[in-house]
Amino acid sequence: MNYLVNNFDVVAELFLQHLQLTLAVIFFSLLIGIPLGLLLARIRWLRGPVMSVLGIIYTIPSLSFFVLLIPLFGLGTRPAIIALTAYAQLLLIRNWLVGLTTIELAVLEAARGMGLNGWQRFWQIEFPLALPMLLAGIRLVALSSIGIGTIAAFINAGGLGVLLFQGVITANYDKIFTGALAVTVLSFAANYFIRYLEQRAEFRIYGKRI
Amino acid sequence: MSSEMISSSAVTVDAPVRESGEIVFERVSKSFATNTYPAVDQVSVKITACDLVVLLGPSGCGKTTLLKMVNRLYEPDSGKIWMGGKEIHTLPVNELRRQIGYVIQQVGLFPHMTIQKNISVVPHLLGWQEKRINDRLEMLMELIGLPVSYLPRYPRQLSGGEQQRVGLARALAADPEILLMDEPFAAVDAINRERLQSELIDLHSKLNKTILFVTHDVEEAFRLANKIIVMRAGKLVQYGTPLELVTQPENEFIEDLVGSSNILRKLSLVNVNSILKARKNQSIYSGGSQPVEKPNTVLRPEDDLRSVVSLLLCSGKDSLPVKDSVGHLLGTVGYADLREMLISNLPSE
Repeated sequence: MNYLVNNFDVVAELFLQHLQLTLAVIFFSLLIGIPLGLLLARIRWLRGPVMSVLGIIYTIPSLSFFVLLIPLFGLGTRPAIIALTAYAQLLLIRNWLVGLTTIELAVLEAARGMGLNGWQRFWQIEFPLALPMLLAGIRLVALSSIGIGTIAAFINAGGLGVLLFQGVITANYDKIFTGALAVTVLSFAANYFIRYLEQRAEFRIYGKRI
Repeated sequence: MSSEMISSSAVTVDAPVRESGEIVFERVSKSFATNTYPAVDQVSVKITACDLVVLLGPSGCGKTTLLKMVNRLYEPDSGKIWMGGKEIHTLPVNELRRQIGYVIQQVGLFPHMTIQKNISVVPHLLGWQEKRINDRLEMLMELIGLPVSYLPRYPRQLSGGEQQRVGLARALAADPEILLMDEPFAAVDAINRERLQSELIDLHSKLNKTILFVTHDVEEAFRLANKIIVMRAGKLVQYGTPLELVTQPENEFIEDLVGSSNILRKLSLVNVNSILKARKNQSIYSGGSQPVEKPNTVLRPEDDLRSVVSLLLCSGKDSLPVKDSVGHLLGTVGYADLREMLISNLPSE
């Protein structure tokens, strides 16, 4: 604990870096994942091939993925965000797709029959109804990015992984412990915050459980 | 026989009557890739504004397909559909749909919206003022017989029958001329179904809407309809009033449907109102039946003729007065009418 007390500024800065990295990954994942998921929901035959590609990407070991991206994007946060965003697609799209495809067909038919255009159907009907599943996906993305993100310190992306790597190299257990603790706090906070949003979205649809 | 029927009811393109609730199908066909025969095959039929027309037939006969071509959830392969003198494909699709109320079997209320929001979706799309929407909401709730206190509730807090009522209110929200109903009461229990049917008859008489109603339930069809379109294998078999279907069945299929060999079954399908109307058309008002003194048994226009027989037998009289819900005398109906309308029309065997 000494390390944390004496170097609180350093830990706080790394904590914020880690949070920024995670938020950037969520942002770019949604940017790609939401339209891609919508496309897969509309075009059924695309699901198999796209989901297998995403599955294959997910199996690449993180360290080698980061290293593989260095020749293309250099060191730093860029390759880290790219790799983590690529991993995130599987988790995000799978959930988002389940959310979109489990909407009652009668609801969608009613919306179409009433004369809502594609955009109105998406914003008024599909998005709110698939939102709980989308948030569940975002929660998985956040947690996995916080975890795998520690390894990104290896390619100079900063974050709490810095404490872990430095601690291992210098055999400073206090530093390792501090890093692990900070990662855990971040994970728990992210999990509870997003879970709270999820429950709010669920409540709107399903109401109080009686 | 049926081809004669079709050509006789075919409508010429040049003279569509300009009545906004009128629907005209002109040689409409539609095939699906999964089937060898067309789902709808060269159907031509004219639906008069403000009629409640039931599309009746076994499952797979094309009745739902025909219905869904009106609001363009399906597009016809060939043929034209006119709505109030306008070919529906000349309108932008969503504009068309907002002018047509649509009710489906599974209701399809939006689960994340309150009853109020569900009903006001289309008025909002049409850009109505809040005041106008709120007035309309109140009026609709009264019409469907639900308290205004239901407005802030969610669909899940309502029973199945109540949900279908809200579905109806949602379809009527923007005051459309035409209402399409796709087996709306099929998933409701028998008691609620009868209640909803009576309410629909009542509503139709109040509202002046053209209603196209799909069902495979013969009793329901005869109970609700001003006119029935019977379909089989994509073809229109017969189009007529319940009384016409019972008394002049086009072919064996219709005879089986109305149960020609079973006179009581036939009686059960036609109501008192049909008799009164038919008599007016033939201008033989109250033909042959003597006025009744001390009428303690009274018929209602919606009573089916089987109940009339039963009431006649019980009362020991030859005819009974018909009164509407307010108590106005509409005429009398007796054995003579039944004989004349039905039994004399039986195929002579």
